[in-house]
Amino acid sequence: MTVIHDRPSNPAAGDEDRPIGYGRIQRKEDPRFVRGKGHYLDDIVLPGMLHGAILRAPVAHARLVSIDTTNALAHPKVVAVITGKDLLGLNLAWAPTLSADVQAVLVTDKVRFQGQEVAFVVAEDRYAARDALELIDVEYDVLPPLVDARKALDPDAPVIRDEIEGRTDNRIFDWEMGDKAETDAVFASADVVVSQEVVYPRVHPAPMETCGAVADFDAVNGKLTLYETTQAPHAHRTLFAIVAGIPEHKIRIVSPDIGGGFGNKVGIYPGYILAVVGSIVSGRPVKWVEDRSENLMSTSFARDYIMQGEIAATKDGKILALRTHVLADHGAFNATAQPTKNPAGFFSIFTGSYDLMAAHCSVTGVYTNKAPGGVAYACSFRVTEAVYLVERMVDILARKLNMDPAELRLKNFIKPEQFPYANKTGWVYDSGNYEAAMRLSMQLAGYEDLRREQAEKRERGELMGIGVSFFTEVVGAGPRKHFDIVGLGMADGAELRVHPTGKAVVRISVQSQGQGHETTFAQIVAEELGIPPEDIEVVHGDTDQTPFGLGTYGSRSTPVSGGAVALVARKVREKAKLIAGAMLETRPEDLEWEKGRWFVKGDPSVGKTIAEIAMGAHGTVALPEGVDGNLDAEVTYDPPNLTFPFGAYICVVDIDPGTGQVKVRRFIAVDDCGTRINPMIIEGQVHGGLTDGVGMALMEIIEFDEAGNCLAGSFMDYLIPTAMEVPDWETGFTVTPSPHHPIGAKGIGESATVGSPPAIVNAVVDALAPFGVTHVDMPCTPARVWAAMQGRARPPI
Amino acid sequence: MQISMTVNGTDVTSEIEPRVLLVHYIREVLGLTGTHWGCDTSNCGTCVVLMDGQPVKSCTVLAAMAAGHDIRTVEGLATGGTLDPVQQGFMEEHGLQCGFCTPGMMLTARALLDKNPHPDDAEIRRAISGQICRCTGYATIVRSVQWAAAHPAGTGVEDAAAADEVLDGTDTAVPDVAAETANTATEVKA
Repeated sequence: MTVIHDRPSNPAAGDEDRPIGYGRIQRKEDPRFVRGKGHYLDDIVLPGMLHGAILRAPVAHARLVSIDTTNALAHPKVVAVITGKDLLGLNLAWAPTLSADVQAVLVTDKVRFQGQEVAFVVAEDRYAARDALELIDVEYDVLPPLVDARKALDPDAPVIRDEIEGRTDNRIFDWEMGDKAETDAVFASADVVVSQEVVYPRVHPAPMETCGAVADFDAVNGKLTLYETTQAPHAHRTLFAIVAGIPEHKIRIVSPDIGGGFGNKVGIYPGYILAVVGSIVSGRPVKWVEDRSENLMSTSFARDYIMQGEIAATKDGKILALRTHVLADHGAFNATAQPTKNPAGFFSIFTGSYDLMAAHCSVTGVYTNKAPGGVAYACSFRVTEAVYLVERMVDILARKLNMDPAELRLKNFIKPEQFPYANKTGWVYDSGNYEAAMRLSMQLAGYEDLRREQAEKRERGELMGIGVSFFTEVVGAGPRKHFDIVGLGMADGAELRVHPTGKAVVRISVQSQGQGHETTFAQIVAEELGIPPEDIEVVHGDTDQTPFGLGTYGSRSTPVSGGAVALVARKVREKAKLIAGAMLETRPEDLEWEKGRWFVKGDPSVGKTIAEIAMGAHGTVALPEGVDGNLDAEVTYDPPNLTFPFGAYICVVDIDPGTGQVKVRRFIAVDDCGTRINPMIIEGQVHGGLTDGVGMALMEIIEFDEAGNCLAGSFMDYLIPTAMEVPDWETGFTVTPSPHHPIGAKGIGESATVGSPPAIVNAVVDALAPFGVTHVDMPCTPARVWAAMQGRARPPI
Repeated sequence: MQISMTVNGTDVTSEIEPRVLLVHYIREVLGLTGTHWGCDTSNCGTCVVLMDGQPVKSCTVLAAMAAGHDIRTVEGLATGGTLDPVQQGFMEEHGLQCGFCTPGMMLTARALLDKNPHPDDAEIRRAISGQICRCTGYATIVRSVQWAAAHPAGTGVEDAAAADEVLDGTDTAVPDVAAETANTATEVKA
């Protein structure tokens, strides 16, 4: 493994840039990926494997009258055609979701969104399975669809979930956090109150690899092996046991290399269940891989929050309180992925980075005739929405007060000495030095010069905007007492074995989708035990081989699983101490640790390396009482709190006054995720997230027409940034460790996706100030920006 | 129908249906799964391979159209037992994360550098603009290609997994995709 040359974007970085576990090392994953030797789901070929394809609904809302599969079954290569009626017999027509709702696996009564699963064909090859879809005749009785969430609670709105006994409307839940009376009182006496409806439109994580599964049911042993594009293999195993009634020890979930997840691959999709049913029915392995249209139209969307925001302040810019009501569009089934007690995720972090007197939020979730989802696309459980709301509101307030948006933020930050800081909605922020990050970002950007340049350009009629956002994330769910997914506490396990020759294997419960776990988790062990990272194999993604845990999403891998790995390594280190004591014939308390070696205090020449101790542990050394040989350990880590990384982002945009086209010219991102395990990987995570931000702020949206047709069902319409739409990112960092985390590290993966959209929209609105524009909803496409310039800004839905 | 082409320097001959897409032919008949499939509208470019040295989206080429042509996939990017500098550049500069877009990106970069050994950043961005990456935000991909441009001979990293392990000139010699191969071969209806 080579240490590559430093590329500190932060001029002041120095040695800090290589803080733990060998720092900026190349990835262990790369050699196979650059040779085309990754092993993704669709690369899997099993003997006798069949192929499945799903027939999907062409309409958004309709009674199912009949399905005729005769012609499809007559196709010479078709092995089976499964319909909702078949699944009813197996009690599998409906499956539980992650939100205590149920979702139809195949339509039995009525279609509830366009693209919904209607029938499943199993055939000898991929092409034949698709051919047979066209041979299925389905008769629908079309119903009026509900696509506008604002109309979901109207008395005459069609009731989408009329199969639920007693249900007469589309309300899913009402949820609130904070003190309403206290907040209202602060608002009543505030000098300044500004309000704005802020819409975070429906978007989609769209990983380059779509979702898929290969199910292999072994009828002799009753064992199901299920290869899946899943971010949470262990949770899937438990859910499959519950859904399919297969005992859990007879289920093995394997998550191979995943071509990006971004929250899209957390939940269980009907296709996975259908592959299992197909394998049971046919007695052969069945592969199902969706195409891009299916991915965009039927798998987990993100956002879709209509937020009415209000912010209260004094005349001189002291922010006092925030309140908001959110209308949350959850689609036809509530399949939102979040901890059980948090139906709106962690939206209550919407108080942001500011020291407020009061805050209150309420969220109403509603059903519409759209695909299910909501929590996905690096949202950290609705933190994207929370940060977007507060950072837009602060900007609007700055405009109202005629204050510089950076100065307003600096004036209101929670101060370093206030941490741990209890906000007004129940979160205890672990650590932060917000002003330092903000100042560094302004310095890297040349903020004062930018404002001068902007003033000059305005004189000439050019549209340049500078957008600031400062965010506090909340990642690493979380303490078992408070957080669970369908009853499973959000702890993570780790197992570490040091082999006799000193090489190690660490088994983790989380599942990389490109975040570099195979590299960085080895680095954590390397730091703790002094074994080089190349001598440490990281095993993940196979439930028969790894300890139980909740998977990778919500940037929780480093906070939870990373904590588990540090602790399991320390446990091994302590065991090694006892063994070293036996080998050196000295008391363990007389030993001292230096990276990779226990030695006798006061006599550094007498000691044993981890490799020597490992050989001793597996050998014939007489071990002290209670030490059982071998050098291994396991832990389950239940984190005491989440981690709260933060960042200061500045975006510079230029807008073509003739077309309304926005170009992101510069983007400066300063992130603080505490201790940095591998700065190279962090930088890559940030770059990717910033690109998400450009996509969401300027290009991406899933809209529906009045008939309920999804208008962004392919990459022809669902636009994702290419290399042409994004700048060369400028990144910097500060280091404020998490005091409760074993190595001081916080999560980082979703920070940039969370923090960048408000910076970009703030920049767009700033550029449009000469037109009197105070808000533009995303995506700021040329058409939408142009309309705003003409005084006709409108919400996207 | 029977088709023949050269893939990574080896002549291959197969019986296929005329409608089989080149991407599926490469992946499922030849077993070269480094080439990926990321969309259904020819936008994403994860399926890019070189056809006579030019990047093509293999999801938008019929295998039959590739007959008689010279195809190069990621598995054939390394030459003479050493990695292509482009492959090394992607590792040096962290130009990949999940790895799904990587094969296509690298082949486009190879074609660019063959034509223009010293592209500027804007030329690199334009060259890969038909390809989507969801992980990297592109900057490190640009740096990766620049690394390759600056190290035209690479530094001689060995390639343990040469393409010839898979191809020996006939599709019947692909061991781990035997079932797929048989299926495709029996699809011939004309």
